[in-house]
Amino acid sequence: MADAPRPPANRWKRFSDWDERPLRLDQFAAEDPDNGFAAFKSPHDPQASLSWVNGRASIMDGTQAADFDMIDEFIARYHLDESIADEAMAMSSLTLARMLVDMNVPRAQLVRLAHGLTPAKLADVVSHLSSLELAFAYSKMRARRTPGNQAHVTNAKDDPLQLAADAATAVGFGFDEIETTTRVARNAWSNALACAVGASVGRWGTLFQCSSEEAEELRIGMAGFTSYAETVSVYGTEQSFVDGDDTPWSKAFLAAAYASRGIKMRCTSGAGSELLMGFHERKSLLYLEARCLCLQRAMGVQGTQNGGIDGAPVTCTVPGGMRELMAENLIAVWLDLECASGNDARPTESEIRVGAKILPYLIAGSDLICSGFGSILKYDNSFNASLLNGEELEDYLVLQRDFEADGGLSPMDESMALTVRARAVDALSAVLDDLGLGAPTGDMKASVIAASGSDDTRSYLPRDAALMSEAIQAKSITVVDVIKALARRGFEAEAHNLLNLVRLRVSGDYLQTSAVIRGGRVISAINDANDYSGPGSGYRLSGDRRDQIIAIRDVLTRDNVLRAEGMLRGGEVRRISYRTMGPARQSEDRSEVVIGISPAFGIELFQTIAGHPLSAVTKALSDGLTEGGATARFVRMRHTADTSFLGLSAARLSGSGIGIGLQAKGTAVIHQKDRLPHNNLELFSNAPITSLDHYRLMGRNAAAFTRGELPAPIVVPTRGEALGARFHARVSLIYAIETSLIEDGASPHDVEIAWIGPKQ
Amino acid sequence: MTERTLSVEDYPLAEKRPEIVVGCRGKRLADLTLENVMSGAVTLDDLTITQRALNQQAEIANAASRPTLAANFMRAGEIVDVPQDVIMQTYELLRPGRARTKAELLAAADDLRDRYGATRMAAFIAEAADVYERRGLFKKRY
Repeated sequence: MADAPRPPANRWKRFSDWDERPLRLDQFAAEDPDNGFAAFKSPHDPQASLSWVNGRASIMDGTQAADFDMIDEFIARYHLDESIADEAMAMSSLTLARMLVDMNVPRAQLVRLAHGLTPAKLADVVSHLSSLELAFAYSKMRARRTPGNQAHVTNAKDDPLQLAADAATAVGFGFDEIETTTRVARNAWSNALACAVGASVGRWGTLFQCSSEEAEELRIGMAGFTSYAETVSVYGTEQSFVDGDDTPWSKAFLAAAYASRGIKMRCTSGAGSELLMGFHERKSLLYLEARCLCLQRAMGVQGTQNGGIDGAPVTCTVPGGMRELMAENLIAVWLDLECASGNDARPTESEIRVGAKILPYLIAGSDLICSGFGSILKYDNSFNASLLNGEELEDYLVLQRDFEADGGLSPMDESMALTVRARAVDALSAVLDDLGLGAPTGDMKASVIAASGSDDTRSYLPRDAALMSEAIQAKSITVVDVIKALARRGFEAEAHNLLNLVRLRVSGDYLQTSAVIRGGRVISAINDANDYSGPGSGYRLSGDRRDQIIAIRDVLTRDNVLRAEGMLRGGEVRRISYRTMGPARQSEDRSEVVIGISPAFGIELFQTIAGHPLSAVTKALSDGLTEGGATARFVRMRHTADTSFLGLSAARLSGSGIGIGLQAKGTAVIHQKDRLPHNNLELFSNAPITSLDHYRLMGRNAAAFTRGELPAPIVVPTRGEALGARFHARVSLIYAIETSLIEDGASPHDVEIAWIGPKQ
Repeated sequence: MTERTLSVEDYPLAEKRPEIVVGCRGKRLADLTLENVMSGAVTLDDLTITQRALNQQAEIANAASRPTLAANFMRAGEIVDVPQDVIMQTYELLRPGRARTKAELLAAADDLRDRYGATRMAAFIAEAADVYERRGLFKKRY
């Protein structure tokens, strides 16, 4: 009966596979400038232009002064410098773009010109740069030389104990700033107090902010708990600004208010916010962002949190969206603003897009590469998941090591992590007790110290935090009370650290552009200015810093590989004996297969990469040969450790002309005496996934070859594991042990193997 | 004798020029120790910024070619002694639709100038009043 005709497939199955990938959870939007979906250019963007009458801008980017909206008005008054504008606006966008990537044009010269450029001009200039050029220009133009990073520290329960532990952990990993916020708005004060205490463990100088309602955030700052603020948002259209319940003047007033309290401040803006708020005026994302950034310089804030931020996910749905985020960050640093460069709200479910998003920033450096990095687990992030989170923090540490790039973080070993967490929890518990705010039990504390996330804790719940917050306010507790409580309870180091941070306010040094604290010193764009002028200049990893970055955990060395092998020796001695019988001769026995073992086999090395004891592997091969009607003769090769040559040398000694090459790491080959070295009969190249059954079947096939049969090859199935990544470092170290035992011209020796059964 | 204008070489002041960093109650950085905090000799008031420090930072910002940052520090310096509730009331009044008339904003500006000597900030708020009027912001929003 003939096969019934099948209906033709309506789909290539690969699309079904792709449907299952995390990438397909991401949405992508068509380019549509009329609806605000255009990254770099919209037909409704104005042409850059600027004219002056009597010292005031009369036309800017095509708009007459009488028609300026509030944003235009503010930029025209405070950003544009008439003494530079004619010169700067007369330069072609392409010329300016080329200057941005020219290492021979000093940063200061470009910063000066920016004071005379309108938003449309700035946007047009950076539009000429490719993604690579944007990253390079960013590296050259960012204000501070030394890169840094910021962490989110929040949890799903607003648990103060966990906040303290996680803040201390973030400090331990090297974050320059910590940002917290609450699940429940009322909990801001307990969050602030807890993070302030936690961040004082280990070293001083990690700046801290508590993002909350504007008036409350300022009050918390005045009580001394926080040292910076960044959630002062600005927008690129007037209607978005008004819906955000502010104006450029109200935000500029707030900026002055923060400075008047000695608190570092930056604004926030990012592509996509106007789109999300419904008032994009059909302009491109980049043009609106250029307006936001000029406005921020005009307001006199030292810096910006910029690069999409909450709008990053919608920006990344548009063609060129990620490139646009880089372009707006470049405008920010060109305008001489500190840049906390986004890499914040997670814009994708694809880990590949995550890695691609972060790389340019990691290698270019940034004042604060992430704003922030979710140092806690995704579900604990009260800002929503970040681009990178607690889950992926080690991946980031490894990226720093891979690219020898300073991403602002340092690895921390397990015992240190536990130590700082315990210290933070103890310190906060002492403060809570001392100030009559709470008395955490031993069980609460223990659960928090060990917890990866709030699912693991038996500690405070949101209502407890709310009561604690009310008590802090009712008792008018300030940072000075906390410093005293720490000192009284024996946490003097932490008391000093916290006092040092608050003391920064008196001189105001850390209000200058791009200021962070490193090694107890304020560094900023003034005393650590980016001086990049080509290779050998700008930020370079010092030897010490490189040592910190490369010190990730669980690194293989030759010694620890040898030690691990040595530990197996005792077990193998009880299972197998190798007796050297003297030089091996070619045999006439047509039923034998010679198994050529490698120089260190059973001498220095005792198991395959898959973890099979060599006693079991030799037994499996031998059993397979016996099942197939052949016999095994073992010969130790001493002139080579290469699988092919082991196999070919064995075949040439074998009466059947068939040999098996077997390395201690488990790679095995069937060879025939008349073949070229690398043209074997069968090869097991993937030792890590080769089972004992496979070796037995290889023995059977070798037996079949002795009779001139053509058996079906044994295929070791792979599921595409990155075997090289998993094993090659160990393989190389192991193989070096084999090759170190090679002697030129040494003759093979027969080895009598006896397998020792379990003792009765 | 007038002090010379500060330059970027004087930065950070706490390190390079500690002798000119003085808290609002006359304490110097060296006095701001844990010991003095514990004894009560140093309070939160001693750990605040002063108008003088903000003006010094403005000089440094100007020297570093950051005139807008310097202007913000100068405005900030003027409101160092303005109480928190007045700060928050003024901020609130500057938000869209809070002031129903231009006169309300101008009155707040006058108040800052007359009571606290905040001339720059007063002018800044008066300027906002003009722009708000032209852009129709004096209207009910909720």
